[in-house]
Amino acid sequence: MMDPMLNEESSYAPKQTYFSPYAMNGGTCLAIAGEDFVVVGSDTRLSQGFSIFTRDLPKTYKLTTSTVLGACGFHGDVLTLTKVLNARLKMFEHEHHKKMTTSEIAAMLSTMLYHRRFFPYYVYNLIAGLDEEGKGVVYSFDPVGSYGSDGYRARGSAAAMLQPLLDNQIGLKNQQNVQRVSLSKEKVVNLVKDVFISAAERDIYTGDAVVVHVITKDGTTTERFPLRRD
Amino acid sequence: MKRITATKATTIIKNVRKTSNISAMYHDFGGSSTHLLDDALTSTTNFTVPYGIDPVESLKEFTNPKSDVKIHFDHGTTTLAFKFQHGVIVAVDSRATAGPSIESQTVKKVIEINPYLLGTMAGGAADCAYWERVLARQCRIYELRNKERISVAAASKLLANIVYNYKGMGLSMGTMICGWDKRGPGLYYVDSDGERMSNNIYSVGSGSVYAYGVLDSGYRYDLSVEEAIDLGRRSIYHATHRDAYSGGVVNLYHMKESGWEFISQTDVFDLHYQYKAEKEKK
Repeated sequence: MMDPMLNEESSYAPKQTYFSPYAMNGGTCLAIAGEDFVVVGSDTRLSQGFSIFTRDLPKTYKLTTSTVLGACGFHGDVLTLTKVLNARLKMFEHEHHKKMTTSEIAAMLSTMLYHRRFFPYYVYNLIAGLDEEGKGVVYSFDPVGSYGSDGYRARGSAAAMLQPLLDNQIGLKNQQNVQRVSLSKEKVVNLVKDVFISAAERDIYTGDAVVVHVITKDGTTTERFPLRRD
Repeated sequence: MKRITATKATTIIKNVRKTSNISAMYHDFGGSSTHLLDDALTSTTNFTVPYGIDPVESLKEFTNPKSDVKIHFDHGTTTLAFKFQHGVIVAVDSRATAGPSIESQTVKKVIEINPYLLGTMAGGAADCAYWERVLARQCRIYELRNKERISVAAASKLLANIVYNYKGMGLSMGTMICGWDKRGPGLYYVDSDGERMSNNIYSVGSGSVYAYGVLDSGYRYDLSVEEAIDLGRRSIYHATHRDAYSGGVVNLYHMKESGWEFISQTDVFDLHYQYKAEKEKK
């Protein structure tokens, strides 16, 4: 229902329509880095406007055994970006006889995105993985390749709802007299579940199911659990 | 078995030659692609421009609030740098915004080009980070070819000439190149409009107006190192206090004859109460 307070489409002036190369397919992903692990979660809904295309499309993509890409935005660009990323990863392996590390992948993704500066990939990216020392690290990107490492980050349609919650619970922002205690894997996974449940309540593009990957030096475990489907 | 037509065969051969030349292509950091149909892989090493569309006009669509598609790029900032008798002080904030959202409070806006050259970031974060990295590469190539360090004037001119090629295409970059070379301390302002100027004091960014006020009232060429550091920090604090797009922490560098030195990282939250206490003591 249209909110009567919002002044949308109340004029009947001629409107020019044109082909837009982009669309907004919704979805949310987030990543939290721990001492020796990273947790990456995303919802599985693919939508456009008021329609849901599918309820089974996770927005996380495994790149190597220790790195996962989270990508939301325009699904067409997500598909091409992951295809090209995987190709570049393979080429690196063939040339250098070793797998790319998380920070190398992040730097490469940054230049890949910047080369489309004048026709951007409409994708908000997250690279999460273990660095050379085995510590968890999360890199977040803007659509043209600006990136930096954070301890935690939410990206996508519900990011504005989730990021403040993560700032408070993981970054311990705006809390007085708190002890900084390192979070365990189980606590982080439970936090991710709760956070997605909240996002599904208030964001129409987030819901259906959550896929949670936990990356440690022993490999990646994947969990999947349901969310609201409305 | 599928039969391949002659035209398809030549396209395949062209593509194979393109991809087998990939290592040569990796060294091409600039130039826009003129192929009508660029495959996605080559578009990662050349600049892809949408055919027949003015990139600035098409990118404007994304900042239109009525549009469904909103691509926000991370923007800066307040940055400042000034020359004085003991070198150059460089002070920056650390906030990145994408439209109305604060994307990060921990952005590194001073780019360490090499041990005796610093570049600051203001405007589009990706533009600054990328082109200053290209500048670092060019400075290194210069060093290897000429067996001596590049001067600040030459480094800043390299950057200005590179971005001038993209003038009008919507790059947003306002940077200060600071260093110490044979001529002493050097400070140049370079931006994406093609400006390149040298002076003693510069502040760049949305909060620069506030920083200039504090900087100009406290600046003398014969400041001591501690006074200069305090002035830089105070100017950034005041800018973050009044400018919504600046905040986070103040990162401070001192450029000396022996190269740059990272001085401090202070949260503006703490600075606020520190300056408040100082005011009340008086």
